[in-house]
Amino acid sequence: MNMFKTAALGTAFAVLSGTTAIAGCGIAAGNVSIIANDFPAIQAISEAAKACAGDGVTVTANLTKEHQTLNAPGMTGNPAEYSVAVIANSSIVPLLNDGLIRPLDDLIAQYAPDLPNVNKVTVDGKVMAVAFMANAQHLFYRADILEQAGVAVPTTYEEVVAAAEAIRAAGIMETPVALNTGAGWNLAEEFINMYMGTGGELFEAGTANASIENENGVAALNMLKELTAYSNPDFLTFDSNATQALWEAGDTALSVMWGSRGGPILDDEGSDASIVSSTVLAAAPTFGGNAIPATTLWWDGFTIATNISDEDAAASFQAMMAGLATEVVEANQDAAVWLNPAYQATPASAGVVASAQSGARPYPMLPYVGLMHTALGENLAEFLQGSESAEQALADVTAAYTTAATAQGFLQ
Amino acid sequence: MPHRTFFWFILPSALAMLLFIAFPLVSVVIQSLHIEHEQVIITTESCGPFGCTPSTAVDLEATALLKEAAPLGQWNGLGTYLSRNHLATAEVAEAWRSSTGLASFGSKLMNLPFYKALAFTMAYTAVVTPLVILLGLAVALGVNNLPKLTKGPTIFISLLPMIVTPLVGSLILYWMIDADGILGKALQWVFDDPALSLKASPLLTWLTLFTYGVWSGIPFAFVVFYAGLQGVPEETLEAAMIDGASRWERIRYVVVPYMGPLFVFVALIQLMDNFRVLEPIIGFSAQANASSLSTEIYGDLLGDNVQYASAAATSVLTVIGVAILLTPVLVRTWRDFNRKVV
Repeated sequence: MNMFKTAALGTAFAVLSGTTAIAGCGIAAGNVSIIANDFPAIQAISEAAKACAGDGVTVTANLTKEHQTLNAPGMTGNPAEYSVAVIANSSIVPLLNDGLIRPLDDLIAQYAPDLPNVNKVTVDGKVMAVAFMANAQHLFYRADILEQAGVAVPTTYEEVVAAAEAIRAAGIMETPVALNTGAGWNLAEEFINMYMGTGGELFEAGTANASIENENGVAALNMLKELTAYSNPDFLTFDSNATQALWEAGDTALSVMWGSRGGPILDDEGSDASIVSSTVLAAAPTFGGNAIPATTLWWDGFTIATNISDEDAAASFQAMMAGLATEVVEANQDAAVWLNPAYQATPASAGVVASAQSGARPYPMLPYVGLMHTALGENLAEFLQGSESAEQALADVTAAYTTAATAQGFLQ
Repeated sequence: MPHRTFFWFILPSALAMLLFIAFPLVSVVIQSLHIEHEQVIITTESCGPFGCTPSTAVDLEATALLKEAAPLGQWNGLGTYLSRNHLATAEVAEAWRSSTGLASFGSKLMNLPFYKALAFTMAYTAVVTPLVILLGLAVALGVNNLPKLTKGPTIFISLLPMIVTPLVGSLILYWMIDADGILGKALQWVFDDPALSLKASPLLTWLTLFTYGVWSGIPFAFVVFYAGLQGVPEETLEAAMIDGASRWERIRYVVVPYMGPLFVFVALIQLMDNFRVLEPIIGFSAQANASSLSTEIYGDLLGDNVQYASAAATSVLTVIGVAILLTPVLVRTWRDFNRKVV
């Protein structure tokens, strides 16, 4: 695994050879219907895919933040309403579990034989998705504030806490730290990031049994609590929009945010030039003496529905590959950390690349991980508020998860 | 009306109710009694841009066979209702056995998601409903006494909280009570506490949500009561004045009795609405401090693994809860109805 990762990632972000571009779309006929999240990178892809329309080919796109609640129902019917779903590591799971997406090996062999391995997402030996961009949460720091407080750039969370204390002690900021710790999905993601940094596994190998009630889980929770002690007391409401706003307002100096926020933060809108110029994106810190950055790596990719004709599937695949053409990536360098050889690393992608290169682990693509995520999101707030012990919080998570996983048929 | 005419008259709406209310309810009940099929898990390897990891996947063919054998899923009886994420009978019994006193039992009970949600839901209903009725009546009486010229604009402004979509309304207020928002800053100044945050503690979050509930509920009560006020006969009011009744006595002994059925109506609607509170908790990002039966359902349906059985069970429990809440009001209405017939 590590050899592959080092080999793949060392080149993926810089000099990966081969091309995914196809000149023109070359589609004979068929209907393409895309369901996807709504952000700049996907807007660029769907615009390019739409350019394939005409002469027997229709291309429509539904870009919405609610894509996750729509894609499975929209792909269940036969024929499916959507022929393409753009998903991430977590949201591919419900589609995989219900067999709503088809293996892409034949389509790749026919239409994109040069597709690099780094773009292939395989499950059980079959390519189920084509990944096109990477994302991860990592450290954003303010170089000027750290300098003012006289501390070095932190590379571990222990150093982040120390730096936060120094900033507070120097009277620069009372609450310099922010993570996406809003109760629910965001808080669960923070815990998983921390927990993955300990090297721990969320589940016993090969089963759906939870395995977070251990010292790694407690260490991850305690580190989160230490960090939130330096956060604004509202931290249990923080989502990506909130932490970005705090950053752009100059209220925080050490934040852990999504890499995809790097572009908007480093642009010349919404913030002061002095803040933007001293903002640096770095790898996710490690903690507890472990070497693994405490974050999870995410990819976004596209999948093709099972319940559509082969003609539509071929048209959909070709249209999406046209959407991912080199020209699209070149024209939208700032929109994402593209998994494409034409992508030039920018300061906005430095944190994601550094995290991946220092060996951060991917978010687990397991059939039942969504249930764990939900259980974590609902049961960790009380610990961070101080009204419950770490052990009790983890026991609550395990109990809630086990009940849910049993009702979903993963545990007997 | 002859029975036959009544039957044909009511048939279309009865059919619609059967189709759109009764059948979905039956299907929800059936769903809540089943859980998903056993998912056949295979151990495999998954690879992506970041390398390969040992992994598991659902064996689609084997699972499809199980699904075909029992399309509804596995029969679970009341299992979902009694499980830890709902009524948690086993956990409650255990908490009762191991508790040293009521306080420790209570804290153990509040650690269970259903009871935690129920506690907030009931508190919200109990606080918001009476306040909405009282303040709605007060606003209606106030507006009723305004001169004609100012009445129109006042009514419009009073209705605004109801016109604004709940989610948007709560989001706007959420931004205003932020430590950097106009209300948040004002509160910090009033209480001379720069660290004061309405979002940080459970108590303040609850108060904020109650306030929002009252704010958004008043217009409805106001509209109903204002309409009702127009029907209060002038003669009776004048007679009461001649008898020397004060303003307060006229309201207490003439206006309020006249509007009795309207109070019942508003109470019914408000009880039902408040028991299903959802939007403010989402809008105020208050999930850390408050959960309701509806947010539990919302959470079950939102994750990457959608939990239909669990959501269905909570829905049925919500319906039962609403039915219990409404019983006193309905019994009272029924009695009044019978009395009038006699």
